Amino acid sequence: MNSHSAELVDPVPVAWNALAAVEDPEIPAISIVDLGLVRFVRRRPDLTLEVGLSPTYVGCPATEVIRQLVESALTAAQVGEFVVTQVLAPAWTSDWISPEGRRKLELYGIVPPERTTSSLRDVVRASRAVACPRCHSVDTESVSEFGSTPCKALHRCRACLEPFEYFKCI
Amino acid sequence: MSAATVGVEASSLFRYVLRLADLSLILGQRLGEWVGHAPALEEDLGLANVALDLIGQARLLFTYAGEIEGRGRDEDAIAFMREHTEYVNPVLAEQPNKDFAQTIVRQVLIDAFQTELYERLAASSDERLAAIAAKSVKETRYHLRYSGGWLIRLGDGTAESHARMQAAIDRLWPYTAELFAEDELDRTMAENGIAPRLDVVQAAWSQRIDALLTEATLVRPGERHYAWFGKHGQHSEHLGYILAEMQHMQRTYPGARW
Repeated sequence: MNSHSAELVDPVPVAWNALAAVEDPEIPAISIVDLGLVRFVRRRPDLTLEVGLSPTYVGCPATEVIRQLVESALTAAQVGEFVVTQVLAPAWTSDWISPEGRRKLELYGIVPPERTTSSLRDVVRASRAVACPRCHSVDTESVSEFGSTPCKALHRCRACLEPFEYFKCI
Repeated sequence: MSAATVGVEASSLFRYVLRLADLSLILGQRLGEWVGHAPALEEDLGLANVALDLIGQARLLFTYAGEIEGRGRDEDAIAFMREHTEYVNPVLAEQPNKDFAQTIVRQVLIDAFQTELYERLAASSDERLAAIAAKSVKETRYHLRYSGGWLIRLGDGTAESHARMQAAIDRLWPYTAELFAEDELDRTMAENGIAPRLDVVQAAWSQRIDALLTEATLVRPGERHYAWFGKHGQHSEHLGYILAEMQHMQRTYPGARW
């Protein structure tokens, strides 16, 4: 780490810039900042930089990879001494994906999540029509509630017959 | 340990957190047995994803339990290096997968339990437990959507699928009694605002299960006497087989790391 440069420039915006370039290992189209995984970047009283990271799903194997990528990015950006803290509360929600992130997901062919609902009545059989990212038809069906990563589900378009992924709403 | 947890002995909190952790661990391990064997690729993915979430929850809880205990045991030490009678999961979680119907019914019963429990634990006076529960409940609700969907489809499906689902619910129902059998530890946790009262959880669970069973055209079995208490370390023979497989590497090569 280069503590010299940390004294000259405010490391907080430098860190944010570095983090904005960290891609999600499973969905390289989108950065961890766009996903809403970076909860805060702040300086502690002892001037150590603290970065708060939230997991999307507690068992997601990408969580540890993301942490390593963050540590490498911060080291490369020369932000000085830093620690990465896991933040569980409040729990990450797909609502925190930024408008830019939603746009990038869509371009990548993954349908961005619906807004969450707090109603428990919606838990079973809550699926609404998800529009196909290719032809925009809403004549689609759920193939599986789970997909290639913990954060995605599998759908299929009945109009253009293409399968596609939907970012789960939690 | 969480500063909020006053009035409760560390050993009690440790045992309580361990119960939550063991439920997720053992059920997650069971579901993992389906990998490569599920009836369709989508279900293989689905069951593996649920297992992954459960193991993730267990990791957070074991880590917390280790900190409460204060003897330097990490998540792996607690998860892998205990004896049969030291596991405190309800016996329902260790019941064998058998067919897809048995697996789905076991899952619905536990998903609904975890959802109703975590929903309330999110308001726990213990901040760490509240945070873990608030995170986990988002996942268990999704699990219930998956398992509940299959319960309805198969219950209200063909004569064969209906019969298998009813047989599964008849076989597994007696084990649900343990989920709500309040003991001294449960009472202590409830009195200190750490955990909800189990009769409150049971009422909400029961309502949810009844609604699902009705939609699935399945019949709720009558209550029977039940005497197994996994949460006191009294297990069915099935747990031994799970542990034999799960602990094999750690016992053969103690301290082995990837």
